[in-house]
Amino acid sequence: MSVRDVAAQAYREALPALAVSAVGGLFAGLVLGGMRGELREVSGLLVLVPALLATRGNVYGAMGAKLSTALHQGLVEPKAIPDDRRVYAAVSAAMLNGVAISVFAAGVAYAVLVALGRPRASLVALAAIALVAGVLSGIALTVTVVAVAFAGYRRGLNPDTLVGPVVTTTGDVFGMAALLAAVRLILALGGG
Amino acid sequence: MANWTVRGITRAMLPLLVVLAIVEIGSGLVLDTFEAELLRYPSLLILVPVMIGTAGNLGSILAARLSTAFHLGTLSFDPADDDLAGNAVATVALAATVFPMVGVGAWGLAALTGGAALFVGTVVAVSVISGLALAVLAVVVTVAATYAAYRFELDPDDVVIPVVTNVCDVLGVVVLFVVVRLIV
Repeated sequence: MSVRDVAAQAYREALPALAVSAVGGLFAGLVLGGMRGELREVSGLLVLVPALLATRGNVYGAMGAKLSTALHQGLVEPKAIPDDRRVYAAVSAAMLNGVAISVFAAGVAYAVLVALGRPRASLVALAAIALVAGVLSGIALTVTVVAVAFAGYRRGLNPDTLVGPVVTTTGDVFGMAALLAAVRLILALGGG
Repeated sequence: MANWTVRGITRAMLPLLVVLAIVEIGSGLVLDTFEAELLRYPSLLILVPVMIGTAGNLGSILAARLSTAFHLGTLSFDPADDDLAGNAVATVALAATVFPMVGVGAWGLAALTGGAALFVGTVVAVSVISGLALAVLAVVVTVAATYAAYRFELDPDDVVIPVVTNVCDVLGVVVLFVVVRLIV
């Protein structure tokens, strides 16, 4: 194939997923835009945003890729209510890693802000926000990724190409919505 | 062989996740540095997740395609290589298509929800200039990472995609910061 053919094919194949995830990203931005009050109130919260969003993609994207491969290999049955211990192991590991990394990121963010002498909320408040946001977005993403991969596979679609765009789109939206809910909860409980 | 225990999956993933989280905190610090501008101009704050996400997506799509070409044995690391040049051109063309819409979308959402403090042309210019710069950087990072995987005999699927996605996330924030400082 010539350069032009390769470029045209790559463009056509990638544009729909990229456009859909851009729309998801704008909605995530809308949530972030609506959080200006909380961002002012909880110093250092903005430092956590990229790490929390990226963790969603890294952890649940990997879980989706693993489940897709297992579906292709016939290791896992695409049942509506999964009853395979492999599915539960993959889901539990993703939740555990996702929540642990979120709290770890809060700790690193706090330490760096202290080292740089920048304003920051308390370590407990940042860690609690990361914990609650990690749990909420983890539940939402796990249910979505498993449902989409299994339902897609039953309908003859390739879960490998479904999972990536689904995780990037819903990950940003759920990630930001979970962060908003977590901040409101912690502020209501007297943190920050 | 794939490991299907919680302990096995965690042992395989956690070290990389820790490194990537630290890298992402770096991009969070850049955001923190221009928090005042982001809070003053809601259109720019709305741009943050979509900039990060789209930059990562451009990189990961390119990385996945180069990895496949690499596994099929059709990729050579020559600037005149059709697969390499074609995918690089497509990445820039995708950015040129998506980022104008992203700019208009971010401005529109800000205007609908409490007012956009910036002129629409400024927001679109920030989005497009950042997007095109990111596309070029995504190509450079992805080709370098794929080449490194090839030299060190690693499977590009395992290593390149997470590294490229997260490096592009960080570059998304850094480029946005530079462009905002230059033109807003």
